[in-house]
Amino acid sequence: MAVTSRGAARVVPLAPAVVLLALFMLGPVVWSFYGSFTNAALTGPAALNPEWIGLDNYTALFGDPDFPKSLWLTVVFVFLSAVVGQNVMGILLAGLLRSAVKPVRSIASTVVVAAWVLPEIVAAFAAYAFFHSEGTLNTMLAGVGIAGPDWLYSTPMLAVILANIWRGTAFSMMVYSAALAEVPPELTEAAQLDGANGFQRLAWVTIPVIRRSISTNLMLTTLQTLSVFTLIYVMTGGGPGTDSSTLPILAYQEAFKFAQVGYGTAIATVMIIVGAVFSVIYIRALRPEVD
Amino acid sequence: MAGQMTAPAVQTRRAGTAGQLAGPRIKPTKMAANLVLLVIALLFVLPMAWVVVASFDAQATLSFGVPDALTTDNFAAIMTPELTWLPLWNAFVLSFGAGAITVVVAVLAAYPLSRYRMRFGKYFLYSVLFGTCLPITAIMVPVYSLFVQLNLLDSLPGTIFFMAATSLPMAIWMTKNFMDSVPISLEEAAWTEGASAMQALRQVVLPLMRPGIAVVFIFVFVQAWGNFFVPFVLLLSPEKQPAAVSIFAFFGQYGSVAYGQLAAYSLLYAAPVLGLYVLVTRISGSAFALAGAVKG
Repeated sequence: MAVTSRGAARVVPLAPAVVLLALFMLGPVVWSFYGSFTNAALTGPAALNPEWIGLDNYTALFGDPDFPKSLWLTVVFVFLSAVVGQNVMGILLAGLLRSAVKPVRSIASTVVVAAWVLPEIVAAFAAYAFFHSEGTLNTMLAGVGIAGPDWLYSTPMLAVILANIWRGTAFSMMVYSAALAEVPPELTEAAQLDGANGFQRLAWVTIPVIRRSISTNLMLTTLQTLSVFTLIYVMTGGGPGTDSSTLPILAYQEAFKFAQVGYGTAIATVMIIVGAVFSVIYIRALRPEVD
Repeated sequence: MAGQMTAPAVQTRRAGTAGQLAGPRIKPTKMAANLVLLVIALLFVLPMAWVVVASFDAQATLSFGVPDALTTDNFAAIMTPELTWLPLWNAFVLSFGAGAITVVVAVLAAYPLSRYRMRFGKYFLYSVLFGTCLPITAIMVPVYSLFVQLNLLDSLPGTIFFMAATSLPMAIWMTKNFMDSVPISLEEAAWTEGASAMQALRQVVLPLMRPGIAVVFIFVFVQAWGNFFVPFVLLLSPEKQPAAVSIFAFFGQYGSVAYGQLAAYSLLYAAPVLGLYVLVTRISGSAFALAGAVKG
């Protein structure tokens, strides 16, 4: 008896955390699965007492041409801005920082980190102004005699992808800086003495040594980019039309602009499942460190 | 060829590690690295530079440009109670509330996880890790319906607790790591003198991990301060909304004309976050502290 009561007393400090997480994290996830089978609306009787409509939201979702398009835009956005853009820029910057002189190093890392530390809405305004047809980018292009297009209107995905690379590269840069600092210099020096050039050293020595950081970082940047909302919402509003409506924008618009909360919840459920799959892969990759 | 090239490079590195100053002649590859970095830094700074310059420009446009005349009129125009001070105060209440709740709850939860070998402790940590990965934007629509059901919509305390809950997984993870580095032998001394676990936590462990707690608090505060989507969805009355939401409303109403004021407002709202980030780098002694913590 004494053992169980001591065991119970040890668990008590966990209680507030468990209650908060159950109510506000697990609750919405469960609610999302339930709500996606109802006709919940934004206001009126269907907001408080939604009715069970079975799979109707999902049949509507897969019949809606906007959904596959949005799914595809999300894949493009995540792949180009996170997997390729932020990771390649991050590792490139981390490598360059190591061979730079101190003032250049501190200027470059401060500037890149500042874009990441800024509140997301300010970053979004800054990116909006930069890519606007009368913005900084087109002023610069005009300076060399090129008439730039209206980026936010004619190539909205390119604009939001570049903006997200600008916004998020700092994270990858920091992760890779920490990883590169732990690569034993003897390894690269030995490869150098054996006649390996810079690219060969990167491919055969550095990358294999830091591969754990690479997989961790790929997973984290993917999950962060999957949930980018503010940047796209401010820059293009998902438009023109639905040409830059990734899943978070589509879910928001269906739920709050068209008042179809049940339908928006079905989109949210799809995102939760995609996020959960990535999380499980990520946690499995981390497992030996946790145990 | 490669072999000939590499020998001096090895020497430079050795010289560098021995703590000597770099020679007067910088190798061309190093020159290139510095140059590329400066170009990247210039590209990265341009969008932000617009915010700073436009906020002092009497005739600000959407493009970065040298102002004809510097002015503080943009700041004077927005510094009214309903436009700036109340939203900033709301943002402070939200962020401070979320930070304080998160730190208290995370410290309590981290203590048993760090100190006892519990059968389910591992599973709890896995769920926490899973929670850190969950895309919060994905759950905002269901959170909205849940808040309707719980009658918490447009409630400041409800929003504070929700923000605390969403930053809790990361905070528990960070706090546990900080607590693991406090040696348990110090508490054992307290226990033999008859202190309870909670007394040992308060009097022995917490004073030793003050910097860690400060980092966790600032981390949550900065996240809550910058968060736009959560208060945008959960808070409806303008007098309850934090700066992130009111600045967006301002952008919608006047953004297409008053660029200077929008930039001034953005700068005013971003300044505390930049200051806190500098503070974190001082506390933890590393410029990349927040990402290091995220890496776990």
